[in-house]
Amino acid sequence: MSWIALRMLTGDRAKFLGIVMGLTFAAMLIAQQGSIFCGLMLRTCAQIEDITGADLWVMDPNVNFIDDVKPMVEANLYKVRGVEGVEWAVPLYKGLGRAKLTTWRWADPGSKVVESQRTKVQEDIIEQVVMLGLDDETLVGLPRKLWVGDFRDLWRPDAIIVDRVGLRKLFPGQGGDHSTDPAFLQSFLGRELEMNDRRAVIVGICEASRTFQTFPVVYTTYSRAKLFIPQERKPMTFVLAKAVAGVDPERVAQKIEAATSLKAKTSQQFLWMTISYYMKYTGIPINFGITVVLGFLVGTAIAGQTFYNFTLENLKQFGALKAMGLSNIRIVWMILLQAAVTGLLGFGLGTGAAAWFGSATRGGELAFFTPWQLLPITGAAIVLICILASILCVRRVVVLEPAIVFRG
Amino acid sequence: MSEPSSVRNEMAGVVAEPGLEGEVAIRLRSVSKTFGVGEQTVHALRGVDWDIYRGQLTMLVGPSGCGKTTLLSVVAGILDCDSGGVVEVFGADVARMRSGAKTRFRMDNIGFVFQQYNLLPALTAMENAAVPLIIAGISRPLALQRAREVLTSLGMEPRLHSLPSQLSGGQQQRVAIARALVHEPRLIVCDEPTAALDHESGQAVMKLMREAAVKADRSVLVVSHDNRVFHFADRMARMDDGRIVQIRTQTAFTHETVAEDVWEAAARS
Repeated sequence: MSWIALRMLTGDRAKFLGIVMGLTFAAMLIAQQGSIFCGLMLRTCAQIEDITGADLWVMDPNVNFIDDVKPMVEANLYKVRGVEGVEWAVPLYKGLGRAKLTTWRWADPGSKVVESQRTKVQEDIIEQVVMLGLDDETLVGLPRKLWVGDFRDLWRPDAIIVDRVGLRKLFPGQGGDHSTDPAFLQSFLGRELEMNDRRAVIVGICEASRTFQTFPVVYTTYSRAKLFIPQERKPMTFVLAKAVAGVDPERVAQKIEAATSLKAKTSQQFLWMTISYYMKYTGIPINFGITVVLGFLVGTAIAGQTFYNFTLENLKQFGALKAMGLSNIRIVWMILLQAAVTGLLGFGLGTGAAAWFGSATRGGELAFFTPWQLLPITGAAIVLICILASILCVRRVVVLEPAIVFRG
Repeated sequence: MSEPSSVRNEMAGVVAEPGLEGEVAIRLRSVSKTFGVGEQTVHALRGVDWDIYRGQLTMLVGPSGCGKTTLLSVVAGILDCDSGGVVEVFGADVARMRSGAKTRFRMDNIGFVFQQYNLLPALTAMENAAVPLIIAGISRPLALQRAREVLTSLGMEPRLHSLPSQLSGGQQQRVAIARALVHEPRLIVCDEPTAALDHESGQAVMKLMREAAVKADRSVLVVSHDNRVFHFADRMARMDDGRIVQIRTQTAFTHETVAEDVWEAAARS
């Protein structure tokens, strides 16, 4: 009977496509919007993931998320180092700085004046940057990937490392916004910026995860970062620490909190703390949730209505099959099989379209990340739509009297 | 075997003519069916007593609303009669069967031919004809092979792979007949099989029905309004107001006389 069920389903192509399209739409919207939501949430804590080498983040007790910068006195670094179970602890500066880039352009673009007589004018670009000041000695917190340059060059005077994507903000209109061509990136080495009236020289181009604020990310040493920002009494924002091998970092974090009255979190805890903050205090989950729910409802409406109409139009055929001796259980099986096949197709096409969308926008501004958990969630939503659509149809067919076939 | 006396009484003096009686295939006793309750009650069948014989094509005629289709549905086991009635089909008490048993009984013993054919539009002629075998659990290749044989015997070989929408009304009804015959049922019930066909196709369909369906161990029950096909019947029962009011054998009726009877009844209703 499976064969007959499938032939009935695919025989009416318009309705078949209508059901599949409805489910595809729902699956695509749920997967795509879910992925954008996850991508955005990941961006909120991108810098936590980017900092390598440390197990623990120690911060002011009132810090709620990574960008909630509340400076601490440097004495706290020594307190943390004194806690049992801490192998090492280093300072980290994280804050916003201003980078000024001076460029020259022709004063009279497009004029027919000969080049020797044309004048150049100075043009300053001021761009806000996320500044990360790493421990001078160990450089703990370096990015995972350096496209060009050498990390050790950070010890050179005025040295900074800039993230690849941030280049297009710092040097707008210079082409190759997303280029990973080493020769192209190499051309930025040695270029100078001005931060807090101090010279900064680019010695490397790294890969950093996109941040929620979208500002360029600048890495330098902790002591130099203090120079690149206006003078502050308490410059240290975080202490990065490593637990002694074999000791649970969570326990060490508890000890740090007890001993210093500071807040201490493992990287994972801090990551979820940041995500939780954005989930709780911004409208992002609600906005995406509404879109996902709308996708679910529209998908249910389209697929459910079309599936129900499909069943209604085949009611006489179902009646004839019942008259010929097909039991209700087998008819229910036929309907569920039809729902399952359309559901599977809709799920495959919808998530495929979402994956294509994610692939097509990779490297762009759009935050897109699909955790594996999103696929079963989308699948469950599609199963739910199919069940809702089937319930009405099953009920209608089960109560159908086979004698209907003898009515005109 | 003669008609039961109760039937003679119900027929208000009209006595069935003898002849062509054989072994009883279907025995109906006190079969009633009401729809609705209170003032809305409709008595579709009023205590029908009737025997239908094996090896015959029995036609059930009468004006619209007289209960023909209801009786056909009860005999076919797709509609329950009111309690107290006896519906025996080839010895099985269909009226007292549970739903599941009745479904299995229909699957094994009854073939259906509908007025509007009720073919599955997505299946080819051969696949449609194979449906009862597939319902019975026969493998698809075997079912299709058997369907091909039956359709070929009905002259449908050139259209085996045509969809219903590509067939004429007469051809669709032939497919429906093949579907009714393919699993060798003991009872074939037909509801107005020629109503949607022109005269020529109707005659051809009924001729096929007689040739292919009527067998010694099988009974064919046809409900029809179409007086042009009455002469294909071995026996004819006329219904009026939920009762069998007249039974005649083939030797006792002619095309014209039966037609008159039916039109008279229709006028009365």
